[in-house]
Amino acid sequence: MTFQNETNAGGINRRTLLKATGALAAGSLLLPGFARAQQPQKGGHLILGIDNASSTDRLDPAFYFEAYAYNVGLQLFNTLTDLNDDGSLRAGLAESWEPAASGSQWIFKLRKGVQFHNGKELTPEDVIYSLNHHRGEKSESAGKGYLLSVADIVKSADHEVTFQLSGPNADFPYLLGDVHFGITPDGANFDDGIGTGAFILENFQPGVRTLVRRNPNYWDPERGHVDSVETVAYNDKSARVAALISNSVHFINNVEPRVAQRLAANKALALHQEDDSSIVLFAGRADSAPFDNLDVRLALKYAIDREQIVTSILSGAGTVSNDNPIFPSNRYFATDVPKRAYDPEKAAFHWKKSGYDGNVVLSASDGASFSGALDAAQLYQQSATAAGIPFEVNRVPADGYWTDVWLKQPFVASGWGARPTADAMLSLIYLSEAPWNETGWKNKNFDQLVLAARGELDETKRKQLYHDAQVLIIDENSSVIPAYSAQISASSSKLKGYKAIPGQNGPRTAEKVWLES
Amino acid sequence: MALVDTIEPGLRPRFQDHRIARLIARRFLIGLVLLFVISTLIFIGTEILPGDAATALLGRSATPAALAELRVRLGLDRPLVERYLVWLANVLQGDFGVSLMNGRSVTSSLGLRLGNTLFLAAAAALVSVPLSVFLGILSVRYRGTVLDRSISALTRGIVALPEFFVGYLLIFVFSITLGWLASSATVFETMGLGDRVLAMILPCLTLTLAVTGHITTMTRAALLNTLALPYIEMAILKGASRSFIIWHHAFPNALAAITNVVILNLAYLVAGVVVVEVIFVYPGMGQFMVDSVVNRDIPVVQACCLLFAGVYIGLNLLADVVSILANPRLRYPK
Repeated sequence: MTFQNETNAGGINRRTLLKATGALAAGSLLLPGFARAQQPQKGGHLILGIDNASSTDRLDPAFYFEAYAYNVGLQLFNTLTDLNDDGSLRAGLAESWEPAASGSQWIFKLRKGVQFHNGKELTPEDVIYSLNHHRGEKSESAGKGYLLSVADIVKSADHEVTFQLSGPNADFPYLLGDVHFGITPDGANFDDGIGTGAFILENFQPGVRTLVRRNPNYWDPERGHVDSVETVAYNDKSARVAALISNSVHFINNVEPRVAQRLAANKALALHQEDDSSIVLFAGRADSAPFDNLDVRLALKYAIDREQIVTSILSGAGTVSNDNPIFPSNRYFATDVPKRAYDPEKAAFHWKKSGYDGNVVLSASDGASFSGALDAAQLYQQSATAAGIPFEVNRVPADGYWTDVWLKQPFVASGWGARPTADAMLSLIYLSEAPWNETGWKNKNFDQLVLAARGELDETKRKQLYHDAQVLIIDENSSVIPAYSAQISASSSKLKGYKAIPGQNGPRTAEKVWLES
Repeated sequence: MALVDTIEPGLRPRFQDHRIARLIARRFLIGLVLLFVISTLIFIGTEILPGDAATALLGRSATPAALAELRVRLGLDRPLVERYLVWLANVLQGDFGVSLMNGRSVTSSLGLRLGNTLFLAAAAALVSVPLSVFLGILSVRYRGTVLDRSISALTRGIVALPEFFVGYLLIFVFSITLGWLASSATVFETMGLGDRVLAMILPCLTLTLAVTGHITTMTRAALLNTLALPYIEMAILKGASRSFIIWHHAFPNALAAITNVVILNLAYLVAGVVVVEVIFVYPGMGQFMVDSVVNRDIPVVQACCLLFAGVYIGLNLLADVVSILANPRLRYPK
């Protein structure tokens, strides 16, 4: 039994899990060499039970929206870069890269001798074709936002591709490791699933099941251990757990914390907690009343009981956030920012000072944004009312939430999955011109800090810039971020080599794990 | 005897056939009109729902420009009536179009799913119908005994249990505690029949339990109704045995009512399996339809609804026809 948890969660859930898993778990935590000493075993048929599958799923990475598509996509396609277990960059289809023109140009050297599933060798043309797939006016790609700063992609030599950016970006190589940027041969249809990945497509039935077999010519000798992988759509959370317990699958994602505590006692299973998986938040529109008033923002930030959200809504699988969207596991996380505990007096003080006399109306839904959003909103209502803030919860349907409520109502529940870099998170949601600037917050100082940090190649200076940017968000932005939530997966204890990496969007589970006989 | 022989052979039955054929044809036409009305309602319904396929497809990444672009590409910028008429014209030619979401042919994706659902429903019917009719007869035969009361208590108990509960209960007992059967029933095309049947045992059992209670209770009630009639009393006075009376006198006369219940339950099996499909991860129509509604994939929603409506209307038609055949009085509506 292994319990993989490397960051300091310290939550109740972790403690109970550790208690329950007992000596074995403690043993493997105390002996880090134990796991490393194990040699991957070849062979076997791996079965994954993954949620969020839909009969409308496609193999085209431009249309990957959820966990199921991520898992399948990463079995077939590789990206130029990847992450190591500690979250640092790892070479993918690119064996090396270096910035030029102080970070506004990036030169990627491609790995030689890599073959696609159809036997074709990897060339710069394939990379350019595959990445241009997400660019341009007409692109509907879910990965479009990340490549907006790319001005041009050219072949600069044999096995070399150069990216011309509109401004310097020190984190650019991280972005190319995103699940959406899989590489297919020049001119190929992505929906055919021809990649360079560890597995070759056998059968894909959207919303039901995907079968792949091992790619005998896979370029990465450290990965691709099992003979075949079956990724089965398990959207129902109870069905997923039942399938794991009855040995129908080796691995399931997204286990409810409450259930995980019970699974911990089962020695045939292993739990994997991925901390810092997402943030849960309530976003106020900074450009309209009442959130156009700084005191209203502060009043509401003091009026939420963060500990209560973590214990009651996340069942302990998470940690308190003090309105900071950067995860504690991120290397730029500002550690010196004071905690913002529930303080009805301060909340009442700022509320009075604001002079606003209307109600605060929070729109939340059961089933959109984050799990338990409506309950969290109601807890928030209680703690805010206790501080004398007239607070209403507007219950809205989950269907159409992102179209009709989010960005439209003054105060809404929202949630964001982890991104690999601080820049990705900040420029996605907080920059004035960010495509998903959900609070409508526009702050020139902040924009300058983020843009400067993006192009800063000096690590110390960069850290300071990100620090100041975080402080600005914490003090002035109109979103209330009570918690970082963790995600728990579970597997058979025979499955080895799994490691949840904070910030990785889309797990490379299939190619990394092996089955112990 | 001589009187009967003088009737020209074949004349009466042909006259009846004609009447029945006309009746069926009329019902069939009404069914078609109903389908048409349903398709209109669904089209309007999906239009009233917030958002459309373009917003569903782009999700949070929807910018106004991308939305407009996609709407044009999907043809969503055209007026509602025009889209409906184009769709209707295609359907009349047997073309259900392509999914707005993944561009796959609706007919082929649907075919696979429908096949699975029908297979499951048929398997459940094969088990539940003979079983429940038999139980119904048994409880009438031994009316008032412990057997009758146990059957009643059991079937009523099962009727009261929702399927998701029964499903999870079966999983708990057979998959987790005993470890005999897989908890999920993911079937696929290349699967052998043996494996497929094995995978389907639990969902089939759940559905069987869901309909058995209803059919058994109704069978029992219909038989008891018939048994209260004077001609049964006559049979009893004649000295016929209890079993003989039930099988030869009562059952044929109660058949119309029983068939009605059975067929309505069959319709339920086909159209009402969504919950069971979710619990057992069975790739049938249910999940497919839910996905398509969530994604506003109108061609798929339409095709699913039409199919379900068609099954319902068709089975109801069948129930009517069987009733009419079994009960000549219904052939002459007032």
